[in-house]
Amino acid sequence: MNAPVPLVLPAAEVDARVAPYVGGKALALAKLSRAGLAVPPFSVVTTAAYEAFVDGPLQARILFELERKDVADMRWEEIWDAALRIRNLFLATPLPATLRDALAAALGPRADEGPVVVRSSAPGEDSAGASFAGLHESYVNVRGLDAILEHVRLVWASLWSDAALLYRRELGLDPLRSRMAVVVQEIIAGERSGVAFSRHPERDDQALVEAVHGLNQGLVDGTVEPDRWVLERDSGVVLEHHAAAREEMVAPAGAGVRLVPLPRRRRSRPPLTGDDLHRVHGLAREAEGSFAGPQDVEWTLRGEELFTLQSRPITTGGAEDDGRAAYLGLRRSYDSLVVLRRRIEEEALPAMAAEAAAFAAVPLAELDDGGLLAELERRKQAHDGWVDVYTRDFIPFAHAVRLFGQAYNDALRPDDPYEFVALLSGTPMLSTRRNAALAGLAHLRREAGDDAGDEAFALELEAFLDEFGLEPPGSPGRERERATMAAVVERLASAPAAGSAASAAVTGPTADRPATSAAGPGDGVEDATAASRRRPAMPAPDRDDLERRYLQAAGGGDDERERAAGLLDLARAGWRLRDDDNAYLDRIEAQLTAALEEMGRRGLETGGRFAPRAVALPSPLGRPHPAAPQPAADAAGPGASPSGAVAKARQLVGQPAGPGVGVGIARVISSPDDLRAFEEGEILVCDAIEPGMTFVVPLSAGIVERRGGMLIHGAIIAREYGLPCVTGVPGATELIHTGDPLTVDGYLGIVVVG
Amino acid sequence: MDERDVTLDLLRELLSRQRLGVLATHGESGPYASLVAFAATDDLGRLTFATTRATRKFQLLTAEPRVAMLIDSRSDADLDFHRATAVTAVGPVAELEGEARDEACVRFVARHPHLTDFATAPTTALLALDVETYYLVRRFQTVTELHMR
Repeated sequence: MNAPVPLVLPAAEVDARVAPYVGGKALALAKLSRAGLAVPPFSVVTTAAYEAFVDGPLQARILFELERKDVADMRWEEIWDAALRIRNLFLATPLPATLRDALAAALGPRADEGPVVVRSSAPGEDSAGASFAGLHESYVNVRGLDAILEHVRLVWASLWSDAALLYRRELGLDPLRSRMAVVVQEIIAGERSGVAFSRHPERDDQALVEAVHGLNQGLVDGTVEPDRWVLERDSGVVLEHHAAAREEMVAPAGAGVRLVPLPRRRRSRPPLTGDDLHRVHGLAREAEGSFAGPQDVEWTLRGEELFTLQSRPITTGGAEDDGRAAYLGLRRSYDSLVVLRRRIEEEALPAMAAEAAAFAAVPLAELDDGGLLAELERRKQAHDGWVDVYTRDFIPFAHAVRLFGQAYNDALRPDDPYEFVALLSGTPMLSTRRNAALAGLAHLRREAGDDAGDEAFALELEAFLDEFGLEPPGSPGRERERATMAAVVERLASAPAAGSAASAAVTGPTADRPATSAAGPGDGVEDATAASRRRPAMPAPDRDDLERRYLQAAGGGDDERERAAGLLDLARAGWRLRDDDNAYLDRIEAQLTAALEEMGRRGLETGGRFAPRAVALPSPLGRPHPAAPQPAADAAGPGASPSGAVAKARQLVGQPAGPGVGVGIARVISSPDDLRAFEEGEILVCDAIEPGMTFVVPLSAGIVERRGGMLIHGAIIAREYGLPCVTGVPGATELIHTGDPLTVDGYLGIVVVG
Repeated sequence: MDERDVTLDLLRELLSRQRLGVLATHGESGPYASLVAFAATDDLGRLTFATTRATRKFQLLTAEPRVAMLIDSRSDADLDFHRATAVTAVGPVAELEGEARDEACVRFVARHPHLTDFATAPTTALLALDVETYYLVRRFQTVTELHMR
C-alpha cells in the first residue's frame, strides 16, 4: 500500500492486503464474515493510530523502561512491574487532539449503536504455528465513545502486558517496531456461549465443544466451569458429555461484566442440546475449511442465532512448559480471589498454626529412635503438604494486590504507579508487630541498666521468642535465635533514637520527622543516623483521602462502589499475607528442622530425604533462550587484557522500591552471623529478605536486594518502615562487600558504591 | 550575516540536534569526564543537565565549579573529519533551586521526556552551566570563539 493507512477501517475493507495494519484477529473475523458466517459487525483501529499515539516521547519512555535491565535478568514480579509502569504511561498520555477527532469521527456511529467489545488484534499474534492467545487485553461491554477511546488506549498498552513481555522474544516485541491494532465490535449478549475445537487438541479423530450459560468470558478466564462434549470429528456423534455444576454465569452489568448466580431453572439444563451442539461443531468445521487448518472458535448463541466471535489456529500446549505458563496461571479474577481468601484465612492459616503448635508440643528428646523417625516422617509430610498449598493458593492470592493496583491506577491515574501501595501498607503485619515487640524489649533493657533486671529481661525475651520465634523451644535453633535476638536488642537499646524509630512505623503519623529531612530534596545525604533518615509511614489523613478518592472514582453506582471496596479489602489481605504466610510456613519448617537436628544429634543418618522442600516458582525466563547472545569474548583478544587491572562496581541499577536516600556502610548478609553483627545505621544487602531477617530492618539505613519487584517481601517491609530500598540489583551480594560505603537512592533505584 | 550570526546559527543547529554532551570536570583526584543529557536555553547562554548527588561528577563540580562541556555531531565515520562540528562550552556551573529549578526542569524534560522521572527525583540535582565562551570547531581545524559575556 502506498497511500497512508487509514486510522480506522470498516470490516468490509479488511483483507490480506492490510494484514500488517489490522492484526490476525481482525483479519480472521473479516474472512469468516466473507465465508458467510455470522460475525458481529466491527471496525478496526489500525496500527497507524497506535503509531500516531506512541511515536515520539511515549516510545522513548517505553524503550527506557524495557532497556534499563535485560529482560532475561528479570523475575516475573519485575516483569509485572515494568508492564504496570508502561500501562500507566499509556494512561497518562492524552490522545493528541487530531487523532482523537479522527477516531471519534470513525467510531462515533458504532458507539451510538450500543455497547461494544474492544479487543486486541496484534499483528503476528495469531499467525499460523504461533498462537499467543490471552497475552493482550480485551474489554467487554464498553459504552459510549469516551469509554471506547479509553479502552482502545488500554488495549494498546497491553501490547506491553506482563504476559506479552514474557513472550517478548517469540513475539519479536520491539518498542521501535511493534504495533497494535484494535477491533471495536458490537457486543452480542448471548444467552449461551463457548468454545469449539474443530479437532481435539489431543485426539486427531475427535472434536471438542465447551459451553456455558451467559457470556463466554467466564469460560475463557476459568471462573465458570463449562459443560464439555467430546465428539467424533467426522460424524459429529457425541462420545462423552461432562456436565458442569452450573451455578454461575457471566452477564453484562454496568460498564463491564459480572459473575452472577445462574437462575435456578437454567441450572438443570445443559447450555447446549442436540441440534445446537451440532450447529456449533459444524461452525468449527466450517472455520477449519476457511482457514485450511484446525480451528479454535469462540461462539455465542443469541436466541437461535449463532455468532462467531473469534477463530484461531489450534496450537498444542506443553511445548512451553518453562514456567511462563505457570506464571500466567497465577492471574485470578476478583471472584476467584474471594474464594481463595476464604480458604487461606479461614482454613489454611489456622490449620498451619495448629499443626506447628502440635509439633512443638512433642518432646523430641524423649522419643526413642523409631518414634523420632516416625515423627520426622510426619513433619516432612506435613511440610510438603503446606508447600503445595502455598504454591497453589498463597502465591496466586498475591494477584489481589496486582488487580487492585490496576483498578486504582485506572480510576485515579496517579503520577506514581505505586501510589496504591499507601492504601495497603500500615495494615499490621506479623513482622511489624514482631519488631514493635522487639522495640519494647529494647526499652526494657535500657530502663533496667547494665546490672539490674537481667532475669526479668530473660523472661521477657523468652516470652517474645514463644510468640514470634521461628524455632521450637529447647531446640538448638532456639538457642541461636535467642543469641541473635539478644544481640539485636542490645543494639537497639544502645542506639540513641532507634528504640522509638523501631516503633515509628507502627505508630505511623506520630513519628517525628526531623526538621532537617523536611528541608528539601537530598537532605537524606547529610543525615547521620538511620533513625533520623527514616520517614514515617504516610500520615493517616492522606491515606483516608486516597481511599475516598479511589472509591469515588470507582463509579456512581452502589454496586461499583461495593466492588471497589471489596477489591481494596482483598488487596489488603493479600498484602498482609505476603508477609504472614512466610512466617507460618517457616514455623512448620522449623519443626521439621528440629526433628532433623535431633536425628543428627543422635548420629542417625537421613540421607537428605527429609530436607525441607523450598517453595519455588520457576523463573519465567530462567532458561537462556537458544538464540540468546552469548557473553562476548574478550574484545581485545586473548592475552591483551592489561595485567593488574581490577574492575569494581561503582554504580548499580535496580528498581526503586522504597523512596528515600540511605547512606551507610554495607552489611552483606550471607549467614546468621552477619545478622548478629548487624550495626545500627548499616545498609542491609542481601539476596532476598527472609522472614527471619526482618528484625534487623529497623536498625538499617537502607535495603539493597538482589531479588526484584515492588511487591516482594523486602520492598513491603521497606515501605512499612519508610526505608530507602532498591530491589532487583543483579549480583548485589557479589558486587557489594561488607564495609563498602553505599548510597541507596530509593527514588531512582540506584546504588552507589564507594 | 556576520561571523557572529553565522556562528550562533551553527550553534543553535548543533545544540538543538544533539542530546548528549561530554562534561569535563576536575578536582583533587584529577580530571574526569562524563556523558550527560543537556538542554540549551533559547539564547544559548545556559546549558542545563542533571545528575544524582551521589555521583562522582557532582562531588567534583561542587568542589570546583568551572567545567567544560563538549557537544558534537560526529557519527564515527571518516567523513567526520570534514563534516562533523564540535563545540566546547566553558563556564561556571551551579545547582538550580526553587523557581529557577522548576523552569529549567520543564525545559529539560521537554527535550528529554523519557528522563522525566530522573529529572524530577528528589535526589537529582539540576545544574546550569552558564556559558562564558563557546569554542566551535568545523572542517577539522577551523575554530571560532564566541564570547557570550
